[in-house]
Amino acid sequence: MRYLYLVWSNLKRKKLRTLLTLLSITVAFMLFGYLAAIKQGFSQGIDVAGLDRLIVRDKISIIQLLPEAYESRIEQVEGVVDAVHQTWFGGVYQKPSNFFAQLPVEPEGYLAMYPEILLSEAEFEAWKGTRSGAIAGRGLADRFDWKVGDRIPINATIWPREGGERTWEFDLVGIYDGAEKGTDTSSFLFRYDFFEESRQFGKGLVGWYTVRVADPDRAAEIAALIDAEFANSPNETKTEPEGAFLQGFANQVGNIGFIMMAIVAAVFFTILLVAGNTMAYAVRERTSELAVLKAIGFSDRGVFGLILAEALVIAGLGGVTGLLLAWLLVAMGDPTGGSIPVFYIPTRDLLLGLALIAVMALATGTLPALQAQRLRIADALRR
Amino acid sequence: MTEQGNSSPLVAVRNVDKTFRRGSEEIHVLGGLDLDIPAGDFLALMGPSGSGKSTLLNLIGGLDLPSQGSVEVVGERIDQLSGRRLAAWRSRHVGLVFQFYNLMPVLSAQKNVELPLLLTHLSRSERRKRAALALEIVGLAHRAGHYPRTLSGGEQQRVGVARAIVTDPTLLLCDEPTGDLDRKSGDEILDLLQALNREQGKTIVMVTHDIHAAARASRTLYLNKGRLSTEPEE
Repeated sequence: MRYLYLVWSNLKRKKLRTLLTLLSITVAFMLFGYLAAIKQGFSQGIDVAGLDRLIVRDKISIIQLLPEAYESRIEQVEGVVDAVHQTWFGGVYQKPSNFFAQLPVEPEGYLAMYPEILLSEAEFEAWKGTRSGAIAGRGLADRFDWKVGDRIPINATIWPREGGERTWEFDLVGIYDGAEKGTDTSSFLFRYDFFEESRQFGKGLVGWYTVRVADPDRAAEIAALIDAEFANSPNETKTEPEGAFLQGFANQVGNIGFIMMAIVAAVFFTILLVAGNTMAYAVRERTSELAVLKAIGFSDRGVFGLILAEALVIAGLGGVTGLLLAWLLVAMGDPTGGSIPVFYIPTRDLLLGLALIAVMALATGTLPALQAQRLRIADALRR
Repeated sequence: MTEQGNSSPLVAVRNVDKTFRRGSEEIHVLGGLDLDIPAGDFLALMGPSGSGKSTLLNLIGGLDLPSQGSVEVVGERIDQLSGRRLAAWRSRHVGLVFQFYNLMPVLSAQKNVELPLLLTHLSRSERRKRAALALEIVGLAHRAGHYPRTLSGGEQQRVGVARAIVTDPTLLLCDEPTGDLDRKSGDEILDLLQALNREQGKTIVMVTHDIHAAARASRTLYLNKGRLSTEPEE
């Protein structure tokens, strides 16, 4: 701590240069944090996917439907505890840009399968007692300022009602919260029996199944058993862990993670050159001062530490400010106005950011610090 | 240039050679040099440019190592110390005054003087107290908060002297301390050095080109072509 004012004073030597370097690092880390939140949004809660949950879908494509009758057959497979079905409704609320997922489900089974969905007992009872009832996630309700009791009209793009009517009206009976930070609260869930009874076609068909297994260690084996059960049938299945399914779903948009990391890597590389050059120049221009420090008794290692500390302070200040700004921006909401189901900076990315700060400090500070360490006093004083 | 007498000298330079390499060329700066400096001495080193005065000063101060021979200060062979030990030794035993002051432009006079004390175990308040005392000794207590750019050359050099004496070193090594100053400021610095030598018994070695400055020392040695003598070479 006693050397901190020395480090700080040196950083104040060229205020504009230090400020510009700090700003460039801040922008890089702000970008890193913000893109990490977007990446998290696109991966749609892969991190919180249940290890004991499998997804069973049509072998050819997710858009191919499966018979509702599969549910009881899946539940009979050894190792399966429970199975529930969901179907992609794909409706539009007011305008196409108001995108969110709408799924017809069986309330009891679905909430039992997804304990991370928190719904009050009263709202659950109301849902069970209202045929056209629906529940919305907190994020979705906040996005459109919905309140319990609102009537929500959804325009069907896939599933018209009998008679060709495209508008489905639902009574909002509950708003659910997520048990975990990454739990998706952007979905709209309504009753399957209402959907089944009212849809014009496709009766008896569902989108996919979520299956709970007794032993997650046997998930792969059980998945194979399920697929074997429906082998050589008109609707062969593909069963995979929920996390892999969600990842595959996210990848339909592209490998978001790779794109984000490519952008961040390019930015970081540039900043590394900028900050590295600044540090190298900052050391070169005060060669004689470093020699004086050594002359009055600072050891080679001590001078090395001082320069590295300067790099750490610059990277630390810029990096932490950048991450804080990213956190503030993310807290203000996602850039699409709510279409990204979850939008936050995961703790692991914050930790990665802190590690990157350390890496940046080492990468930019080590070489100039080594130069300072190797400086020969007598030579340097003559310059 | 060995002193006669029974008591061992504070500084004993024995048969020292110093050779620099510039590309493929070897430059012999000092050759077989002997020098004793007793405690309390105020020695002026004179000689033409390139004669090796500063090199000798650097060897005595542990800023450089001899190519051959030994340098013993306060009974310790500093030419045999490791880099880390030598740095620690310098912080305890040597105070340096440079021709161009070499103050840290980003630190106030007070903080500049405090710099060598960072290497001690003194508390912050004790460091401040000692730095204030050193500034008082050089007559700059009222300028403690000023930065070097706001001080005159003479004042900057006095801060340099305060920084050199703040740790109460065994040896004060001055490399052309008045070389960048006008006559009046130079005289003030020489008064200060003389007072430190006479009143506080500081052992001072001063490299200078200035015959008036050398006259303030207790004795003067002349260095020419790597050899010491008591008389200037014709």
